[in-house]
Amino acid sequence: MGAVVLALLPPFASGYVISLFIVLYANIALATAWAFFSGTTRYISLATAAFFGVGIYALAILHVYVSVPLALLGAAVVGFLVALVVGLSTLRLRGVYFVVFTFGLTELVHQVLNWWEIKINRTVTRYIFTDVSNVSIYETLLAVALITIVGSWYVSHVRLGFALRAIGEDEMVARHTGIDTTRVKVLCFAISASVMALVGAVLALRYPYIDASIAFNNTWSFQVLIAALLGGPARPWGPALGAVPLVLLSEYLAGTFPHHFGIALGLCFVVIVYFLPGGIAPLVERYYHAWVVARAYGRWPPAAASPVTGRFKAGLARLNARWWT
Amino acid sequence: MAGCGEILLSVRGLHKAFGGLVAVRDLSFDIHQRGITGLIGPNGSGKTTVLNLVTGEFRPDRGAILFRGEDISGWPAFRICRFRIARTFQLVRVLPYMTVRENVMLGRMFGSTPAEPAQAAGEAEALLERVGLAGRASQLGAQLTYIDQKRLELARALACRPQLLLLDEWLAGLNPTELQAGIDLIRLIRSDGVTIVMIEHVMEAIRALCDWVVVMNAGERIAEGRPDGVLSDRQVMRAYLGTDDAAA
Repeated sequence: MGAVVLALLPPFASGYVISLFIVLYANIALATAWAFFSGTTRYISLATAAFFGVGIYALAILHVYVSVPLALLGAAVVGFLVALVVGLSTLRLRGVYFVVFTFGLTELVHQVLNWWEIKINRTVTRYIFTDVSNVSIYETLLAVALITIVGSWYVSHVRLGFALRAIGEDEMVARHTGIDTTRVKVLCFAISASVMALVGAVLALRYPYIDASIAFNNTWSFQVLIAALLGGPARPWGPALGAVPLVLLSEYLAGTFPHHFGIALGLCFVVIVYFLPGGIAPLVERYYHAWVVARAYGRWPPAAASPVTGRFKAGLARLNARWWT
Repeated sequence: MAGCGEILLSVRGLHKAFGGLVAVRDLSFDIHQRGITGLIGPNGSGKTTVLNLVTGEFRPDRGAILFRGEDISGWPAFRICRFRIARTFQLVRVLPYMTVRENVMLGRMFGSTPAEPAQAAGEAEALLERVGLAGRASQLGAQLTYIDQKRLELARALACRPQLLLLDEWLAGLNPTELQAGIDLIRLIRSDGVTIVMIEHVMEAIRALCDWVVVMNAGERIAEGRPDGVLSDRQVMRAYLGTDDAAA
């Protein structure tokens, strides 16, 4: 229902609102795709910007030769293949080593592309010539975001979803209960990367030109990770919950405090992590269960300790609480 | 030898070194079908390494591991699990933030005869009841007590539908009542036709359960035989107690 309303929104909305929603959908799709792999397996990836940028470049190169839909598809495929190669060589790294590697990967791809453009192609920028309207971009990204959430939700209910979670909980146990952990990890890393590349490619349609530092901006990696953590990466619908307030907050702060934007955003993150270590999703779940109970017994709050005070105290007591609980 | 059934698992000249430390040295032994074999020896004698080699956690330097007529040495762990060898871990490893039911479902969904989640969930309940965890299915793994976590590991291993079950000190750390319950449970599993190899230090359990015992020391097999005979063997005593005590 809500999706239909959003899909029919453009004729009634201003250009600003359309642009805002485009950024919102992009963040939702990226955060959901990130959590699909990293939230379940707990392999924390900072390579979002790498695959996002690969998608942008793939589109910039392909759209000259083929139609835009084909170029978008091509970008997703390129993202998938790059992640497949990267995954096969690095997914044996765990913990902080994997994090650092993925962070370095963005920089590596960035510099290699830069070198290739300057030395081989004798250029630093690429122009993007398309007549795709903002409304088409809006509808496309809405579809991508929805498909990512629904797909992620579907996978969480089939064997593959259980395999991902088992890998996150204890990879050795996963291996010894018959899970082909390497295949599951590489495949899902690549699926997640293909969504990131697709989002990058769709957003690139709005840019008049691109260069390597526009395409490979580490801010994307961190913003997506924070959105997912804020929402609750252990649930398929969690990251979307985090992306909405984060994008709106960034937008508000950028407009109101243009010079202190970074500081204000940073302070917000500290407050969020302090009071909501598990993200929004568990809180929403708790309220929902409380509401169900309250409806059955006819009173609110349903128990002596309300979920608000309970969560507040838990937040203070468990500073090192883990987001997967 | 062990007197019951054909040879199910045959380890031939198995060798594994970590750097300069030889953990398992040219080890050979046979496991017979439908029996319970004890693998004993002092700490650091290489028992768990043998188990890790058989289940594919480590790759042997040389030697063969023949199971159901195939040499499975060097196979990845998931493939060995699907080929019907399941295990428990020396330090209990339940998946803490998955429910008890989901822990068991994993074995059924990815083990030797993969099932869809709905079917696996149904069968998990039956297995949980069997190991004494009825009514706990919706709790988280981390919420269980130590003994119940051990029961859960066993249920998860059984959900893989193994022909050969490897228990790594599954009875360690239990109080006398729990120990008796544990021994009864292992007997029950054997009566279902599952062959069991148990690494164990609890001699009471070895005597009560095992048809055959293999004794290891410093990576080598130093004795094997029926429990009563082996446990009074001089060499075995020396390995466990030291030279002076054995001589006394």
